[in-house]
Amino acid sequence: MSAVTGREPRAAAILVSPALGAIVAFFLLPVLAALALSVTDFDIYALADPANLRFVGMRNYARLLADPTFRTALWNTTSFVVVAAPLSIAVSLGAALLVDARLARGAAFHRTVLFLPVVTTLVAAAVVWRYLYHPRFGLLNHALAFVGVGPVDWLGDPRWAMPAIVFMTVWKTFGFNMVIFVAGLRSISPRLYEAASLDGAGPLATFRHVTLPQLAPTTAFVTLMTVIGDFQLFAEPYVMTQGGPGDSTLSVVLLMYREGFRWWNLGTAAATAFVLFVIILALSALGVALRRGAPDAPAGPGGAS
Amino acid sequence: MTRRSLASLAVNAALVGASAVTLLPLAWMVSVSLMPPGEAASASRLWPSAPTLEHYRALFTRLDVVRYALNSALLASVVTALSLLLNSMAGYAFAKLRFAGRDRVFRVLLAALVVPGQLGMLPLFLLLKQLGLVSTYAGVVIPGLASIFGIFLVRQHALSLPDSILDAARVDGASELRIYWSIALPALRPILVTLGLFTFIGTWNDFLWPLIVLSDERMFTLPVALANLLGEHAQDAEVMMAGAVVTVLPMVALFLALQRSYLAGVAGGGVKG
Repeated sequence: MSAVTGREPRAAAILVSPALGAIVAFFLLPVLAALALSVTDFDIYALADPANLRFVGMRNYARLLADPTFRTALWNTTSFVVVAAPLSIAVSLGAALLVDARLARGAAFHRTVLFLPVVTTLVAAAVVWRYLYHPRFGLLNHALAFVGVGPVDWLGDPRWAMPAIVFMTVWKTFGFNMVIFVAGLRSISPRLYEAASLDGAGPLATFRHVTLPQLAPTTAFVTLMTVIGDFQLFAEPYVMTQGGPGDSTLSVVLLMYREGFRWWNLGTAAATAFVLFVIILALSALGVALRRGAPDAPAGPGGAS
Repeated sequence: MTRRSLASLAVNAALVGASAVTLLPLAWMVSVSLMPPGEAASASRLWPSAPTLEHYRALFTRLDVVRYALNSALLASVVTALSLLLNSMAGYAFAKLRFAGRDRVFRVLLAALVVPGQLGMLPLFLLLKQLGLVSTYAGVVIPGLASIFGIFLVRQHALSLPDSILDAARVDGASELRIYWSIALPALRPILVTLGLFTFIGTWNDFLWPLIVLSDERMFTLPVALANLLGEHAQDAEVMMAGAVVTVLPMVALFLALQRSYLAGVAGGGVKG
């Protein structure tokens, strides 16, 4: 070993620097720059000539917090997360229990089918659901007409637009967590189930006292990733509702996109993104605190970018 | 016996029902894409009265979908190839080579995983504007060059490479880069296939960044083109559905062909770590 120690750092530098350089230059430094940007009045005039740039301190943040549109976006996003995340996790767990059930036939086939929405392109799925929700010829209203309900203008009614997006998101994402839950279920020791059955526990008691507690680390991980992902809601309202009707589906990232890339208020947009970051950071810290002692793992695919 | 078969019936009926509900939107997408113009809007039909490929023909001839598909395929391939190379190099080095500050740097990277990607997009856009890379393919590729998640995934798997093999190669006089290329890379093949799939599908499906950085319509990727098409063709449900099929189908096919690798990666990300 002693003969080779000198060359390892050199090789490591060659191997690590391209990736590290790319991450620092195109991710970490831009993030720091975003913090700087958020305390300036960077707008379309500064875009033309940086001499127009002024330091404004916390004014962007103060203005944002007082801005009804931002508050609406924050409220919409938060209520989206609060409803969509638990619903999606419950559906994922239910699907995982079905796929993993000993009585299930063709489980591999069903697992594949249930996972399919995850790999479909979000924009394309949003286009499809836009028509599914169509008040006149959408499939959903047809189905409801059968039972004598409706027609409902899902995406045109401020009361229904966000629930419609929640439902579509659950369809699109539950397969991902389902696969993680199945892996979690399979790692539970069969002995625990034998012991429960010897104690005369029924299926419900077994689920409550064996399955759920044993799944707790998986559930914590899945919850954290789902919540972080849901806070970044963008393409669904962009394609399905443009944030409407009446801002009822305007999300924080959609607002950031508009401020930054439609109206070129990059200072305000950066402050908007930072508020989102602080929320995600706080939730991550909370999540880490809650899952101490659980197996540790970072984001699933599709995290950054 | 009857109790058991009743339970079996319930489980399997629920599974079939769940799969049917999940497939329904995708099946409807295909069905509407084959309907004659206006049929989806006029009649309450599940199936086309007379299936037609005319919307696909329109997409391929008038609406330039081949160009968008090639853009998507090109960008996803380039990002996948480059990021696999960079991530595997770094992941292997973080796992198997000793160098100053290794663990500290890795911890910083892990902590940065919680930073949402949108945060850096505004300054990155300004940076690329300075470099003249806005509205170029390179501008789309750049943020995907390396990923912290990818480095992490490779590192976790490289940790289990036996040191004895690496040391034997060193004794035989192999350089460190040679060991990475000829021993580590082949041994890491399964996880690289998984990571490559994640990256390819993720890049193909990505929307926000290409939407921001591309302004020339001829460079649009399929998702950006599809969202753009909605502007003029929102009334033509059949055309939009055909566009959605063209966008989604390659990813569904890719997933079905390599699902074992893909699902193993998803399951491993959550539990094994």
